[in-house]
Amino acid sequence: MLEVSNLACSRGDHRLFSGLSFSLYPGQIMQVQGENGSGKTSLLRTLCGFLMPDEGDIAWCGKSIRELDEAYYAEMLYLGHLNAIKDELNALENLRISAGLAGVELDEKEAIAALRRMGLRGRERLPTKVLSQGQRRRVALARLLVSGAKLWVLDEPLTALDVGAVAQIQELIAEHLARQGMVIFTTHQPLQVAGMEMRCLSLS
Amino acid sequence: MKKSSLPSLIVLVIRRDLLLAMRRRADVLTTLIFFVMVVSLFPLGVGPEMDMLRKMAAGVLWVAALLSSMLSLGRLFSADYLDGTLEQMMLAPQSLSMLVLGKIAAHWIVSGLPLVLMAPVLGVQFDMPVQSLGVLIVGLLLGTPVLSMIGAIGAALTLGLRGGGVLLSLLVLPLCIPVLIFGTGAVEAVSTGLSAVSHLSLLGALFMLALVSTPWVTAQALRISME
Amino acid sequence: MAINWFKYSAPTTFYGLAGKLIPWFAISSALLFAVGLYIGFVVAPVDYQQGEFYRIIFIHVPASILSMFLYLVMAGYAALGLIFNTRLSSMMATAIAPTGALFAFISLWTGALWGKPMWGAWWVWDARLTSELILLFLYLGFIALHASIDDPRRADRASALLAIVGSVNVPIIYFSVKWWNTLHQGSTIKFSGTSMHVAMQQAMFTVLVACWLYAIAVVLARVRSIILERERNTTWINELPEVRS
Repeated sequence: MLEVSNLACSRGDHRLFSGLSFSLYPGQIMQVQGENGSGKTSLLRTLCGFLMPDEGDIAWCGKSIRELDEAYYAEMLYLGHLNAIKDELNALENLRISAGLAGVELDEKEAIAALRRMGLRGRERLPTKVLSQGQRRRVALARLLVSGAKLWVLDEPLTALDVGAVAQIQELIAEHLARQGMVIFTTHQPLQVAGMEMRCLSLS
Repeated sequence: MKKSSLPSLIVLVIRRDLLLAMRRRADVLTTLIFFVMVVSLFPLGVGPEMDMLRKMAAGVLWVAALLSSMLSLGRLFSADYLDGTLEQMMLAPQSLSMLVLGKIAAHWIVSGLPLVLMAPVLGVQFDMPVQSLGVLIVGLLLGTPVLSMIGAIGAALTLGLRGGGVLLSLLVLPLCIPVLIFGTGAVEAVSTGLSAVSHLSLLGALFMLALVSTPWVTAQALRISME
Repeated sequence: MAINWFKYSAPTTFYGLAGKLIPWFAISSALLFAVGLYIGFVVAPVDYQQGEFYRIIFIHVPASILSMFLYLVMAGYAALGLIFNTRLSSMMATAIAPTGALFAFISLWTGALWGKPMWGAWWVWDARLTSELILLFLYLGFIALHASIDDPRRADRASALLAIVGSVNVPIIYFSVKWWNTLHQGSTIKFSGTSMHVAMQQAMFTVLVACWLYAIAVVLARVRSIILERERNTTWINELPEVRS
């Protein structure tokens, strides 16, 4: 489980939030809400260890993520605003490489199956530069299918996606929660997961 | 699906960067062409007297190699930084230093190795004797990876800054001076009939020092720059 | 008597303390400069080999020594700031850099002035002058990197890392340059004779101490303005009498 205690974070001189505490247990999902600039992305990036909190601590299964370092990264997956996709590579290569960086070796069949499930049938071997924004986002999201991570940290996962893809993501999240996974995410679009209680964290 | 080990992850990073370089061949070629051009400009600048050129050859080739390797350093992390791949690398379940080492190795294969291979041809232009050429190549083989490794620190520190390219050279060039001195010194020693072993072993020592320290420092610099 | 040192490591208290110390350092530095230069230019005897020209060493040598020490001090503060995340140490490192660069520059300038009558050339590729030039480059790199990063925290941390890498490199650079110099049998600045006249030693030492005090005074003043700039949004700054008026 993920435990955040008394977290404070600032950008430049500006204090974004302070005294933030929450815990996330297996099978739970939490949405981070707040206006633009309220620190949603900063919170998620702090959870990834990119940003150093001014105060407070983040613990994974009782140990600080600073100490766990790589052991923590093996169990978490982060999807940010940037897709981490190379224009020069095709969808298949992109997925296999990004899965490889996350420590999962993927053979071609598995990768193709994941891409097809994300609705990219027939686009597997096209260079990603000819794909649309939504299709690129799908390539990035295909990582959710092949990852063994327990904690998903998703920053605006639904941007540029059409209705069908949004439904698909909801389904993926429901499956992940059913496997006792954890999700913390931000979104400006409505996202419902059937049969799950959505916890909310408001930053103001 | 299976978990990947550290060596396979490093191999993955190297293969990925080489694949990307193959798809963007122009970038690789421009560095090499720059190297050839800078070296060819010297005789035009100082005159065609063979004696002088022979004396200058090692220095000219080394300085040109130093400048060309600066040119390609900007690309080392910036593309990965802009499209978010660097974030994913920092979240890899293996040490970031080792991934950085993989990236540096790929960078050297793409931008350092071609210079080393090209150097004998250019050395002949300067009428370098065979023995000097041999020492030059060995020196470059030991020295250019050090340039890539030191340069990686600068590239990581200047990530995403405006005017990053010039700033990068300003930071990195002074740190590369020992490599330049020992590299040219080796050739000079041989051409004056001395042994180049001491110079080359000092270059080797610099290589080892850089190998153990720079990936870690670069990883720290990347973490600072990602904040 | 136990002094709470940590009390002074907070910018709040340090600001006031520095303000009180600056005049003392500045005045004693000015006095020592006057005394040292008087001894150096008037009292010290003429050197039998170099004539009057040698007197420039009373500025050249202290400036060179200080430029090298200040780099190490700067790297030390930068490392403290990086490891313990103390804001004041990073501010000190930033404040030292321009003074260090200034001394490196003075050292090069006086070296050139000395070189002309000695060797008939403004610049000789002497090992020490060359190292000094590279040291100036290192200072400039530090300042340029700090200046081109907008976020002060990233600027502090990035330039701290650079200063540490630089300080590891300084001995390597120095020995490589020295080696390069002996290999090429270049000219080396040597002071004639092994025994310096007592007055010369006194002058050199006095100017060195004066330079130290000057550096401390200037760095403290610069740290004060950095504190004012960085903490401009805090209440304690806005309550300072010099800010309110």
